[in-house]
Amino acid sequence: MGLLSFFSKAKADRLMRLPSGSFTLDREGKVMTSTLPQSFPAAQMREIGQRVLASFQAAKKAQMPLSEIIIYYAALKLLARELRGGAIIFLMPQSLNQSLKKTNN
Amino acid sequence: MSGPPKILLLDDDQDFLDLYREMLSQHLSSLPDVRVASSGSRGLAMLESEPFNMLIVDLNMPKMDGLQVLSIARRKYPELRLVVLTAIREEQFRTRAYAMGVDQYWIKPESDQEVGLFMESIESLLNREASGGFRGVQSKSLVDIIQLECLSQSSTVLKITNGILEGKIWIQNGEVIDAEAPEATAEPAFGKILAWKTGSFENLPPEPDRVRTIFTSYQGLLLNTAQALDEAASQVALPALAGDGADVATSAQLLADLSQLNGVEFLLAVSASNHEAQNFWGLENPKPMADWMHETMDNFRTLGERLQVGQMQQVVGTGPQRKVALAPCGKSELCVGFPPSLSADQLRDTMKSILTKWAS
Repeated sequence: MGLLSFFSKAKADRLMRLPSGSFTLDREGKVMTSTLPQSFPAAQMREIGQRVLASFQAAKKAQMPLSEIIIYYAALKLLARELRGGAIIFLMPQSLNQSLKKTNN
Repeated sequence: MSGPPKILLLDDDQDFLDLYREMLSQHLSSLPDVRVASSGSRGLAMLESEPFNMLIVDLNMPKMDGLQVLSIARRKYPELRLVVLTAIREEQFRTRAYAMGVDQYWIKPESDQEVGLFMESIESLLNREASGGFRGVQSKSLVDIIQLECLSQSSTVLKITNGILEGKIWIQNGEVIDAEAPEATAEPAFGKILAWKTGSFENLPPEPDRVRTIFTSYQGLLLNTAQALDEAASQVALPALAGDGADVATSAQLLADLSQLNGVEFLLAVSASNHEAQNFWGLENPKPMADWMHETMDNFRTLGERLQVGQMQQVVGTGPQRKVALAPCGKSELCVGFPPSLSADQLRDTMKSILTKWAS
């Protein structure tokens, strides 16, 4: 089974990992500080930031200003707090075990 | 799709493709037609040009990785069976793959025994009916599963999940002794669970100390439930003829009921297809709220697809005046307002009740 073992070795990594950490944005959507690893693409950080800022602004327009937004995905929790027009955003990857614990509670 | 089942095998390693194509096409009893592709874009083009029953995909590939392929395949071909076959053991990728709706996640087998298990599972997945039935046992209805447990005099707890609905049936020495479903216990809960046509189940360890609330034999229970379901099915045909008017009236009544739940200040239900407000309670002018909800849900749904983190389940916003929760639920999207003082736990519990009632 030497051949099978050969295939089961992970190749050089090309997949993007979801990191835990946070970053801050100014009101223009420019990333100011970050605790995320450098391997996490800057473009994705910007995209998350822009979408979060757009949601804060849209809420204000709908006469419902928000100071915090939490988005729950099956494999990620995003927490964003408004900071004087900008935002601080936390990324928290969720594991299967966490989902199960949540279900059982 | 007539003829032998068709499998598309996707990996950037040509030797791997050759080996597994041979193994799958020659050693599975269904003798599937196995096609291969060595890149994500090529694989998607093949899916576009001809129908397949199953896609087996590696995650670690150049240019377009397996998660990207899965995300597109799940959206475009909801009936396609998806299997990940990879060398990546990290929990995060397993979680993300399952969040995207894959059927199985396999680490590339290293021994004869593992290859055997892999082949068996692929065969079983190919034979499974494309729609209906409960995942966990091949092509079996929940009635079959309960009969099997009772006939074999088992003691177990069956946990059944149907979307966000969850129920439990306690079986002790081959007798159904208790059941629990949203808003129901004992025999009514048993009936409610059996009305679910699809879902998944798992066997939990028996609970011998569980207090018995059901005293009817399992045959009697199944018979009563079958009769009740038949009667309900014949009655459902009538309101369906009444069309949308009846739906709107029903959802208005439902919203009024839901407004009684802990802390609910307003409720808004929007159609997921045309984004028009279906019904609302506690709002004078629902339009701005419906627009914001639609924009926010779309915004974060797209972000979830880009990040490959599975379905967006809920968005919770907190402001000085109120908290607001948004969630997709079947063909609707719900927006619920709460006072800012409501704790996160209370909000979560209330949302769970609202979504359960709405879905059921």
